[in-house]
Amino acid sequence: MAQVIVVTSGKGGVGKTTTSASLGTGLALNGKKTVVVDFDVGLRNLDLIMGCERRVVYDFVNVIQGEVKLKQALIKDRRLENLFILPASQTRDKDALTQEGVGRVINELRGEFDYIICDSPAGIERGAFLALYYADEAVVVTNPEISSVRDSDRILGIIQAKSRRAEYEQAPVKEHLLMTRYCAQRVANGDMLSVKDVQEILEIPLLGVIPEAKEVLLASNAGTPIILYPDCNAAVAYTDAVSRILGATSPVRFTSAEKRSFFNKILGWAT
Amino acid sequence: MSILEYLMGQRTNKKTALVAKERLQIIIAHEGRAFSGPEYLPALRQELLKVIAKYVQVDQDQISVKLDAKDGCDVLELNVVLPA
Repeated sequence: MAQVIVVTSGKGGVGKTTTSASLGTGLALNGKKTVVVDFDVGLRNLDLIMGCERRVVYDFVNVIQGEVKLKQALIKDRRLENLFILPASQTRDKDALTQEGVGRVINELRGEFDYIICDSPAGIERGAFLALYYADEAVVVTNPEISSVRDSDRILGIIQAKSRRAEYEQAPVKEHLLMTRYCAQRVANGDMLSVKDVQEILEIPLLGVIPEAKEVLLASNAGTPIILYPDCNAAVAYTDAVSRILGATSPVRFTSAEKRSFFNKILGWAT
Repeated sequence: MSILEYLMGQRTNKKTALVAKERLQIIIAHEGRAFSGPEYLPALRQELLKVIAKYVQVDQDQISVKLDAKDGCDVLELNVVLPA
C-alpha cells in the first residue's frame, strides 16, 4: 500500500524542503520507490535542493490541467534508480491546484510508488491545505523556536480537522514531530527549547532530531540532499528518521551537549 | 561580561528557554488547535471575554475556555482567575 506523507510546518524557513529531499532520498536508498511532490506553486525550490532544476520541462500544474501525462512531468533522480520528483509550477495563478486535480494525480501516483512525499508550502493557505489533505502521515518540521512551535500547533489542528481522513472519519493522519536546527549545547545552557519541552507542548510522537549543521547549506549549494553527505551529523539523524518511518525504533541521537571542560568555560566567559 | 555579572545573572535571570516554554503553554492553551473545536468556539470565546471585561478587569491570559468531550456529552469549561 502506498503511503502519502506530507512534510509541513506552518512557518517558513524551518527546513521542509530540505527534509522532503532527504526523507525521499533515504526511502529510495532503502529500496522504496519514492516520489517527492513540490506543492509550492509559484515558488518552486525542491528542484534546486535535489539538483534537477535544469531538467524541469513540465510540472504538477501541467499534469493537473491535462496538458501532459504524469510520466512526462516526473523527473528521475540521477543518483538513485527509484527516486522521482514532481516539480511545482512557476505560475502566479493561485488557483492552479484544484482539490479534485490533486486527488487525481495522487491516486495515479499511489498506483506507481511506495511513498509519496508532499513538500508543503509555508502558511495555511490553499497550497498547504492541498499538500496535507490526502496525507496518511504528516511530518511536522519544527525549530526549537517559539513561533515555529506555535505554527506547528496550528498546522496540527488543521490536519486533525480538515484532512481527508478527518473529513471521512477514517483513522487519523499519523503525526510525527521532526525537530530541525537543534543545538544541544544551547539547550543545555537554557537558551533554547528542548525536544522534551516541544513534545510536551505539541503532544505528538518524535520522529527525529536534526542537529544544526554547517553542511546543510553546503548541500543546498550543491543540489545534493543532505542525507547523502558523509560524516555529517544531520545526515546521520535523517538516516535514523527514515529508518523510523520504516518501523525501526532507535534511540534519538545528538540531543545531549558535549561536556565543556573548565578551561573552555573560562574561554566562554572571556568572549 | 565580567565574572561577577555572570554569577549574578545565573541567580536572577530566568533562562529564556523556560520563558519561551511558559509563553507557549499559555498561548496554545488559548488558541491551540483552533480548528479542532467547533467553528463557533473562537467567536464564543471572544464574546465571553467581552462580557467578563464589562464587570471585572482581568488579563486575557487569566481566562481559559475549553471544550471537552466526556461520556458522550460536550462540557464547556470556563476558567477565570479574578484579580486579588
